[in-house]
Amino acid sequence: MLDAEPWNSILDAVAAALLVVAALLTLAAAIGLVRFPDPLSRLHAATKPQILGLILVVIAIALGARSATVLLLLVPVVVFQLLTAPISAHMVGRAGYRNGDFDPDSLLVDELAPDVDAARGTELPGGSWTDERAVADPGDDDAGPSKGPGAGS
Amino acid sequence: MTTVLYLIAGVIAAAAVLIVLLRLITGPTLIDRLIASDVMLTTLILVIGAEMVISGHTRSIPLMVVLAATAILGSVAVARFITRAGGDQSGPIAGEDDDARR
Amino acid sequence: MTESSRAARARITIRQQLPLLAALVVLWMLLWGSITPLTIVTGVVIALAVTRAFYLPAVELSGRFDPFWFAVFVGRVLVEMAVASFQVALLAIGPRSRHRSALVKVDLTTRSDFILTGTALAVSLVPGSVVVEVDRASTVLYVHTLSVRTEAEVEKARAHVLGLERDLLRAWGSRAEWEAVRS
Repeated sequence: MLDAEPWNSILDAVAAALLVVAALLTLAAAIGLVRFPDPLSRLHAATKPQILGLILVVIAIALGARSATVLLLLVPVVVFQLLTAPISAHMVGRAGYRNGDFDPDSLLVDELAPDVDAARGTELPGGSWTDERAVADPGDDDAGPSKGPGAGS
Repeated sequence: MTTVLYLIAGVIAAAAVLIVLLRLITGPTLIDRLIASDVMLTTLILVIGAEMVISGHTRSIPLMVVLAATAILGSVAVARFITRAGGDQSGPIAGEDDDARR
Repeated sequence: MTESSRAARARITIRQQLPLLAALVVLWMLLWGSITPLTIVTGVVIALAVTRAFYLPAVELSGRFDPFWFAVFVGRVLVEMAVASFQVALLAIGPRSRHRSALVKVDLTTRSDFILTGTALAVSLVPGSVVVEVDRASTVLYVHTLSVRTEAEVEKARAHVLGLERDLLRAWGSRAEWEAVRS
């Protein structure tokens, strides 16, 4: 059995180094948040690099406590973030695109715009979507075969 | 050695929070503020975790779990609000929201 | 809704929600950090209550599941996430280059909601790409990609999304859909 003392300090140093890397990722996210040109680009700099930081911090906590149980307790933290961060990123990105909170010139290609225009052209010949919806609601239910189970029977 | 690393991490994190605060204040759009507050919240979770490593305890784990689980609520609620309030509401497909409601 | 369709939905619910229920119970035990009869029983009760109270349409699983290829998929996403995190970080602190973004339309081959959701989740998890819009009826993802300079890189982003879908189909997809993309 090795002497416990050097091992303890090595583990502590590794944990501290992981914290520094996580902090650097946070700093990069912050800098990206300030420097990227439009909201949709800033979205990329935010949150998602920090999930890696979160994983590093979780490992650091388990190393610091030297306990597998602590790691197990922290699994939900990572799982929650892995499952929810893409959803919030999608929601924010969708809101940003629909509000036009981006610089069209910064896009090399925009393959969504033609489809939005096409949908608009067929769905609402003049008039806003909400107005049209009140009239066309029963028709909308029939449009498009639904793939959900138990639907449409 | 480790104390120095802790200090470096703390200074970097503090600088990051100040920069994010700058974006939170200047905006200019609601989306920017939403993203910035999201980063703030994730940074808070990271700092709570880092504090546990530095102080050598594990009492804040429930706090991390709750924050990680509820962090999504704010941004999704605001994102939906923005889309409804100001945005162009037409998606590329018809009846998209009917599907979601079912 | 007719009585027969309601019965069909209830039957689908109980059988197909078993994986979800099991996952919820495991999560419950992880939250408590202990596996005792008490946490198992309360976990089952709460999982049933939650799935009753917040009803979701039953997820249509293909019935085929390959744990090995699923592990490969998860590993690939995690590695890509780590690499892309540092790439985006470098992009943020690096010199202000003339990088532009692109909104790429990716027409997925699958028709399954489950595969569509999984692919969208994986794409949005990797920094540098986020799903902005989803067309569920025709399973099309509109992906916003950071730092694209040429048309070739647009195609690379598209191929990347399709590659993720392919890996997920290998693990979870129905036999027919996996055969379709296998080539």
